Amino acid sequence: MLIKKPQVTPSSEITPQDVFRRRRALIKAAAAGAGLLATATVLPALGAASPGRLEKIPNVRESQFSTDEEPTDYADVTSYNNFVELGQGKSAPARNAHLLKTRPWTLVVDGECEAPGEIGIEDILRGFTQEERIYRLRCVEAWAMVVPWVGFPLRDLLARFKPTSQAKYVAFETLYAPDDLPGQRVPVYDWPYREGLRMDEAMHPLTILATGLYGEVLPGQNGAPLRLVVPWKYGFKSIKSIVGIRFVKRQPPTTWNRLQPDEYGFYANVNPQVNHPRWSQKQHRMIGEGWFARKRESLMFNGYAEQVAQLYVGMDLREHY
Amino acid sequence: MSSYSPERIVRYGKPLVFCLCLAPLALLVYRGASGAIGPNPVEAVTHFTGDWTLRILLITLAVTPLRRITGMGWLLRFRRMLGLFAFFYACLHLLTYLWLDQFFALGAILEDIVQRPYITAGFAAFLLIMVPLAVTSTKGMVRRLGKRWRTLHRAVYAIAVLGVLHFLWLAKADITEPAIYGLALSLLLLSRLPFNQLTNWLPARSA
Repeated sequence: MLIKKPQVTPSSEITPQDVFRRRRALIKAAAAGAGLLATATVLPALGAASPGRLEKIPNVRESQFSTDEEPTDYADVTSYNNFVELGQGKSAPARNAHLLKTRPWTLVVDGECEAPGEIGIEDILRGFTQEERIYRLRCVEAWAMVVPWVGFPLRDLLARFKPTSQAKYVAFETLYAPDDLPGQRVPVYDWPYREGLRMDEAMHPLTILATGLYGEVLPGQNGAPLRLVVPWKYGFKSIKSIVGIRFVKRQPPTTWNRLQPDEYGFYANVNPQVNHPRWSQKQHRMIGEGWFARKRESLMFNGYAEQVAQLYVGMDLREHY
Repeated sequence: MSSYSPERIVRYGKPLVFCLCLAPLALLVYRGASGAIGPNPVEAVTHFTGDWTLRILLITLAVTPLRRITGMGWLLRFRRMLGLFAFFYACLHLLTYLWLDQFFALGAILEDIVQRPYITAGFAAFLLIMVPLAVTSTKGMVRRLGKRWRTLHRAVYAIAVLGVLHFLWLAKADITEPAIYGLALSLLLLSRLPFNQLTNWLPARSA
């Protein structure tokens, strides 16, 4: 299917019910007094109670971009992961998570920008307003979760480094530490893991850098201490444990695309019309629903079409899968 | 010495091998009941039953070369049971796919068979070869088919090749695991080459 036109449904018709309800709650709170309003907007882990496993992230705000779907259990979100750096298979990353050293952690930002530089993870956690974003996550392997991320818009961070008009794409790089990460000693992949976004995708308000989930800092297997989350794209785009961001002129090489270009595109937007060569993308299985749950229908752009379809107007998404 | 007679080995060995072949299933049931199966039980069962189909199939194919090497003729008496257990795990594997994965959605299943080579290979191995071999595995059928039985049951090699391809074609970038199965199968197939005749072709060593 060609997505040539943006969807014309007015946003008022699509606003999720709970967002609507939350807004009304805010209006009520505002009526009760400005002080109450302030406490109503700064809530710890709104959609999901923190499990008390890791350090809590303070002052997490709610976001209008959160879905009202029930988040996948913390135990499932943190035990079913693809993070080859920490091992093959879904359970190895959780087992090997302790091997990933997340302190000290420095993010280097350079390339086509006026103010290249670096920023430590502590400054990232303190310097950006952390929000809870409850997003659907759709893996290219046809399974899905609902994850209550904590993070902030990527564009807030990118803006600090003042990208120039030459910056057309953003390239991301995962930590390369083969002495610590067992998967990086296996030469199947061209380490380090790389991903990339077009500038407008990177600047989109839905695109976040996540620092936590369930109100607490990210566990290693989920890409601690800092990872990308692009909810309308297949999960492999949401690169984990980022140490480098570079503004570039041309589409940057990305790990899975280079490995199997006919299976994993650069764009990798969730698209039920374009099957993976080896399996259907029409449906997915929700993780944690047990033995007899039916698969669900996958939606264009993972259900975020209203917000992102306009980014791809005029593009043949069959060709640019 | 009589305690080690082949008859005794077979008589006591068969129930033992039968139980050993059921051990993976018991482990799977335990994992399923205890919750140790993980967040995606359907995927876990599919992989588990697929792995054990291939493993028992390769063990079945190891009987003949083992017998030749060790000279223990009684090994052959276990071959049918092993082969049928490979079929048993293949049935569980297929049932998991048809029922828990696809919920018998015929359209999606047909699409898979036609469009996805690894599923085509799996279905072909099962329906076209495994089922006929299982059906003709009885003593009566062995008698009735006579010489043709041996020819027919050589198709087990095709099952194994298709089985390994089925695994290889669904693997992601890292093909270590299917490669190990492929290597084991290659060795088992190579061991069937007539090496005693092969030596006749090699240049004679100078004295």
